[in-house]
Amino acid sequence: MREKNSILKNVDWWLVGLYFALAFMGWMSVYAAVYNPEHSSIFDMGERYGKQALWIGTSVILIFIILMIDMKFFTSFAYVIYGATLLLLVAVLVMGKEVAGSKSWIQLGSFALQPAEFAKFASNLALAKYLSSVQINLKDVKQIIRAGIIIFAPAGLIFLQNDTGSALVYFAFILVLYREGFSGNFLILGLLLALLFVLTLLVGKITMLIAVAVIAILLFLLMKKVRKNILSLLAILVLVGGFIFSIDYAFENILQPHQKTRIEVLLGKKTDYRGAGYNVHQSLIAIGSGGATGKGFLQGTQTKYNFVPEQSTDFIFCTVGEEWGFMGTATVVMLFMFLLIRIIIVAERQRSSFSRIYGYGVASILFFHFSINIAMTIGLAPVIGIPLPFFSYGGSSLWSFTVLLFIFIKMDSYRLELL
Amino acid sequence: MIGIISLLGLIFLARLFHVQIIEEEYALSADNNVIRKNTIYPARGIIFDRNGRIMVANNAAYDLMVIPRQVKNLDTTRLCSLLQIPREEFERRMTKAKNYSRYKASLFLGQIPKEEFSYVQETLYEFSGFYVQERTLRRYPYQSGALNLGDIGEVNRKDLEKDRFYRSGDYIGKSGIEKFYEKELRGEKGVEYVMVDVLNRKKGKYKEGRFDTLAVNGKSLYTSLDAELQLYGELLMKNKLGSIVAIEPATGEILSLVSSPSYDPSILVGRNRGKNFNLLVNDTLKPLYNRALMAAYPPGSTFKMLNALIALDEDVLTINTEFSCSGTVSKPIKCSHNHITPLGMIYGIQQSCNPYFWNTFRNTLNNPNAGGVKKGFENWSRKVRSFGLGSKFKTDLMYEKPGMVPTVEYYDKVYRGVWNALTVRSLSIGQGELLITPLQLANLTAAIANRGFYYKPHLVKSIGQPENIISKYNEKQMVEIKEEHFAPIIEGMRRVVQVGGTARRGAMDSVIVCGKTGTVQNPHGDDHSIFIAFAPMDDPKIAIAVVVENAGDFGGTWAAPIASLMMEKYLHRAVIRKEKEKRILEADLISPD
Repeated sequence: MREKNSILKNVDWWLVGLYFALAFMGWMSVYAAVYNPEHSSIFDMGERYGKQALWIGTSVILIFIILMIDMKFFTSFAYVIYGATLLLLVAVLVMGKEVAGSKSWIQLGSFALQPAEFAKFASNLALAKYLSSVQINLKDVKQIIRAGIIIFAPAGLIFLQNDTGSALVYFAFILVLYREGFSGNFLILGLLLALLFVLTLLVGKITMLIAVAVIAILLFLLMKKVRKNILSLLAILVLVGGFIFSIDYAFENILQPHQKTRIEVLLGKKTDYRGAGYNVHQSLIAIGSGGATGKGFLQGTQTKYNFVPEQSTDFIFCTVGEEWGFMGTATVVMLFMFLLIRIIIVAERQRSSFSRIYGYGVASILFFHFSINIAMTIGLAPVIGIPLPFFSYGGSSLWSFTVLLFIFIKMDSYRLELL
Repeated sequence: MIGIISLLGLIFLARLFHVQIIEEEYALSADNNVIRKNTIYPARGIIFDRNGRIMVANNAAYDLMVIPRQVKNLDTTRLCSLLQIPREEFERRMTKAKNYSRYKASLFLGQIPKEEFSYVQETLYEFSGFYVQERTLRRYPYQSGALNLGDIGEVNRKDLEKDRFYRSGDYIGKSGIEKFYEKELRGEKGVEYVMVDVLNRKKGKYKEGRFDTLAVNGKSLYTSLDAELQLYGELLMKNKLGSIVAIEPATGEILSLVSSPSYDPSILVGRNRGKNFNLLVNDTLKPLYNRALMAAYPPGSTFKMLNALIALDEDVLTINTEFSCSGTVSKPIKCSHNHITPLGMIYGIQQSCNPYFWNTFRNTLNNPNAGGVKKGFENWSRKVRSFGLGSKFKTDLMYEKPGMVPTVEYYDKVYRGVWNALTVRSLSIGQGELLITPLQLANLTAAIANRGFYYKPHLVKSIGQPENIISKYNEKQMVEIKEEHFAPIIEGMRRVVQVGGTARRGAMDSVIVCGKTGTVQNPHGDDHSIFIAFAPMDDPKIAIAVVVENAGDFGGTWAAPIASLMMEKYLHRAVIRKEKEKRILEADLISPD
């Protein structure tokens, strides 16, 4: 039954449609961002928009290949693919090419490949495989640790490549664990720690310590239950205090200077429109100057004339904002929301837990990219260099997101045959 | 999960709504980033001579401008070596620019010649905040007429405050015609809005140039000067101090106005301007002092015609009235010339007889019809003034001095009311308190040549087009002497340059010249030599006054031949009396101090 028609049978056309809509808009934005009147053909291979057309074309080929591959391949070879990816990540550390401070590229002839991008779907496959193969009990510390290793081994290697942004993406898998029974308390704990982190940086460690102490005393005085567990309270107090100190230490000593300033600028502790704040400031100017309906296609001055840095990759959203205004940005945000929600709906209808977990992984990764990238361009998150899925210029990134998504679409089209 | 996605989506939409629709500041910032307002400088007006020859033209040059606020990550060492300036110089210029404005462009390095500039331009894009402004430099094909034409220089603080037209680094006329006709010459600036990228590279016009305006070039000026005559005058006056003023009597147009020592105006152009200007300022011979307009001398014997004319007009004598002369023993003024005595008016002028003019002057003051010496003097003084003496013409000549014609009040003050003709007798021979500039002297000559009127002397005939004559200079100024009295005076002046006169060297073979010599007693050194003349006698085309300082003679030796050569040059367009010319060119009359 390997006829051409059959591979398209049962494909979720919503997801396919959203994918192509986003990829097409992305291509147009890359065209507008680096528009060059001397090479105005959108297929000019000397320009980024021409190459992006090539990436999209090759992605379509990739899609057909994925849809043709037998479903069992992914379940059977999940660990093999994962292992191979880890080897690639090690290889890149040894023989990689350094681009803009990150050693994350492997040069193959005239072709540069970014293994970190492909590690995402490989890790997702491995995690799905692991979580679906065992009797899932994510209250078992051993299992949690194993899942953690699957997730953070590639993340660690990517971190060593100095590509912090891509490494952070792996935290998105916590959402997958949560769906599969990981205690929500950990999620809440995580959020609390994040809150502590931000507040400590904002108001300073001394103020924070005093505030925490005051809250503890109030709890002690007002709640009978707390008074009975005075030792636990003291223990928590010491832990929180230690955390505050370590945040301060980490911020001052571990973070690199540029990362430090990015966070300081975001928190409003620094205004520096020339240095670290420049990118965000120019990005906000680009988006803000678009107004309700934008300046018109190819009429953006902020992006076309390079005031916004990385305008075809990480800051591609600025082009949408400048040329299409709120109309354009709202459309893009809503398309992503539809895509993410659709993935979750589709994931929930899977009969195999492997497919469901994989689906959640896809949603989590895309969600992390989408939220951090957009938040960064509109000044709600520090500048973390990760691309906007399907939009940003770049072959490795588009291919990896395509593969990531279409493996899921393939799984979904196969669900009825799984009985 | 769906909840988290929806929540974040809503947060994004709200933030985008705020940034894109509510905040307006971002749109302005985007415009500030990308739009540059460029000034398009008009070419400064060309200055022509009376025959359509270009006296002042334009050369392209480039100014390096800086907008201090836009200077980022500057490689100072590289820029300094590119511009070939020392580091301290760089700091000084930068501070100056910052003091003017951080947001507006200032001149950083002016007037870079085209050859040097092309190299600078290639690398300039690396230095944000710096850009190049094309300007025009002045070029002087005749290398003469410096003081008349004037010069241009960078605007100073006062200029900037006075007129909003100017921006720091602009050029403005600093003296002469350049200053007087600044508004006509400067033209109108245009503006161009261009879009630039983050490296300040030009990317195209803003809104297809909808808000751009064109520059309007400055208007051309058609001067009355004869470029070749001006150049020739400067040549003749080489190694002499003094001045030449030549006027066309029929119009008051100044044909040439020489102040010697003169200098080549092109030395005040370009980057050496400051250095050369200092040299000129410190020169002990004062080349920047326009002697033709500012040096006022007692006119000496050249004033005698005026005394004769006033006496005739006051009807206190006739041309045949004779006075006797006792030569060196004459009282109260002696005479140094050997001549027949007694003598009448025509012969008196030819021989420049002092006793004759003393008597003439005394008769004028003691005129029985006037009613007293002071009334007589008042008439004299008023008629002298009607020739344009004692006041400025106030046309387009800069820094003109009024000279001095004494009044009744003046002498009342000096002599406490008790004085008579004898007291002020020096005036009879053009000495004493009288002070007249070479320009006034030339105008006086023109008024005699015209037989009773003159037009105010001026340098520029028309603006924009040759036919747009400046009408205010066309007002005929009548002198208070009846026309019929001029004939005998002019006849006397004709005889001055004939055999037996005081200035045979002033004569020309082909044209009848009328002239008069004069000596200015100089208490500081040798006397100054003066000669005034006009020609041809019956249809005067040129009236001229020549002053040669410290020449030590009465005008016939040096001033008269210079005037004669000038007239030959103007009337015949070429000088054939090479011997005469050679004698003047070789003369060095600047006595070492």
